[in-house]
Amino acid sequence: MRLHEYQSKRIFAEYGVPIPQGDVARSAEEARQIADRLGKPVVIKAQVLVGGRGKAGGILLARDPAEAEVMAERILGMEIKGLTVGKVLVDEAADIVQEIYLGVVIDRAAGRPVMMASSEGGVDIEEVARLTPERIVKVTVDPFLGLREYQARELAFGIGLSRAYLRDFVRIARGLYAAFLGSDATLAEINPLVITAAGELLALDGKMIIDDNALFRHPDLAELRDLAEEDPYEQEARLFGLSYVRLDGEIGCMVNGAGLAMATMDLTKLYGGAPANFLDIGGGAKAEKVAAALRIILSDENVKAVLFNIFGGITRCDEVARGILAALEEVKPQVPMVARLVGTNEEEGRALLAGADMVTAETLAEAAQKAVALAQGRMA
Amino acid sequence: MSILVDKDTRLLVQGITGREGQFHTRQMLEYGTQVVAGVTPGKGGEWVAGVPVFDTVREAVAATGPNTAIIYVPARFAPDAMYEAADAGIELVVCITEGIPVLDMVRVKAYLQAKGTRLIGPNCPGVITPGEAKVGIMPGHIHIPGPVGVVSRSGTLTYEVVHALTMAGLGQSTAVGIGGDPVIGSTFVDILALFEDDPLTDYVVLIGEIGGTDEERAAEFIAAEMSKPVVAFIAGRTAPPGKRMGHAGAIIEGGTGTAAEKIAAFEKVGVRVASRPDEIPELIRELG
Repeated sequence: MRLHEYQSKRIFAEYGVPIPQGDVARSAEEARQIADRLGKPVVIKAQVLVGGRGKAGGILLARDPAEAEVMAERILGMEIKGLTVGKVLVDEAADIVQEIYLGVVIDRAAGRPVMMASSEGGVDIEEVARLTPERIVKVTVDPFLGLREYQARELAFGIGLSRAYLRDFVRIARGLYAAFLGSDATLAEINPLVITAAGELLALDGKMIIDDNALFRHPDLAELRDLAEEDPYEQEARLFGLSYVRLDGEIGCMVNGAGLAMATMDLTKLYGGAPANFLDIGGGAKAEKVAAALRIILSDENVKAVLFNIFGGITRCDEVARGILAALEEVKPQVPMVARLVGTNEEEGRALLAGADMVTAETLAEAAQKAVALAQGRMA
Repeated sequence: MSILVDKDTRLLVQGITGREGQFHTRQMLEYGTQVVAGVTPGKGGEWVAGVPVFDTVREAVAATGPNTAIIYVPARFAPDAMYEAADAGIELVVCITEGIPVLDMVRVKAYLQAKGTRLIGPNCPGVITPGEAKVGIMPGHIHIPGPVGVVSRSGTLTYEVVHALTMAGLGQSTAVGIGGDPVIGSTFVDILALFEDDPLTDYVVLIGEIGGTDEERAAEFIAAEMSKPVVAFIAGRTAPPGKRMGHAGAIIEGGTGTAAEKIAAFEKVGVRVASRPDEIPELIRELG
């Protein structure tokens, strides 16, 4: 679960990381009031869960409250990468002398958190990693020791930070690591961490991704989920315990298992079509769940054919077939469908579907070819 | 031989009295696996399918001498189950559980490594040596014994590939599901090394997917350390960046972890990459 900038920075502040004064506004009028209260020039920042807000015109400077209202008006309602801006963060503007990057992620290869710092702050860190990897300094954290002070010092010296800021930097690095750990994050970053003209370190921008699997022990963080930022169908899928991602092709896919679901998508492409979605119905396949999955797939108007690919293991094919039949009763799709059932009780499953208005296939390749042909109107 | 599990495996089932634990205990017994004990705290003294249940792993170890544990407990209790197995001296732990927080796995992995306990998973289908032992949730009947080692990050996609191998008359030495999470106990490289040393494995099939760089490191390892031929399949060529594809670990982040990069890494070291699961048997046949 990705958090907004203002949510991330508030969490950082709880762990002692200094952030600019500011607040969130949902209207231009509120933005003016916040700017008035702060009594100094402000930055108005669109709060949407995508990168590249600055380039899209979603971050503007305002000298006074009147200008803050105008700028907020301009940003609110703006579309950035398909998301409508519903909130802006109004922060005191900082007088920036230097921009640094500081972040913690899980290093999958090491199986441990790694903290990274770079003198190239304020830009996309992945770009820095690609073009000038030598500008990034890393320390791997032992999960039983946590981030040690010497490691934070190594980062500071590694990026050539002036000694005057060493103590503050170490405090901020340890605070960021504590925020990462305390929130069960998979990423926590400050970009940029700035040195101001007044000689202070300040977390100007922040980003956090919280581990969905850990939300059960963070009810407060779970409440931060911004439903307005999520695809409504992906939300509905989550309620039914389905894993669904909408794509832009024309073949709806319903598969058991994530790896097999991806392989099924790939095969539609191999045979000249394109997948409309990723959908893993998971283990078991009760009628209610299959019906929900089918409804979600068909809610996408681009879908021209539906492909069911079930490899029965512990999940029995006859049980899935019954689920499909019940779902068809309820949903009554208007597009052609291809079903491929293999594994435990496959004969019973296929017999059940024989009466339904469905094309059947023996292999995954055959099923994908048939679905593509049907979607393209090449097969009756 | 084969790797990890065989007819001499003495298995302990953690979470044996739960719905999943009971069901799969019966399935594993039917397959011929020696299930010697189960553990569910507070249910010591009960029996499941003729298997004695203990309150703690330590008691189960003292009474029945298992060398391998399989874990079917819910995500919030699974880390504790893994620590308990390691502290009781179990050599191999297979964790089926899905949904364990990644920072818990960071600590579990570090702790088990220090103890010298090998971990497979979590979020995996387990390990099977056809005809000898099934330690997992995979359908046993699709497997036949033979010379192909299989290692995969997926569940049902592995069954699909195994099914294709079996249909083509290519049996499996051992099939290992290493799991779909970002932090897992054993990686491709760990399992490839075991297959390289296993006299009963002549070929290896590696089934990867988007996310992370485990496949890239496997490609390097194959080039530097392996004499046995490897055929690969990578799922997720059509997956978009930034979206998690079901598995917690299947996500293209910061432009890395794409299927194209992984396929290129394998092809660069001469590993053939199948474009469809059912092309894998053909590619193995072509190896001779």
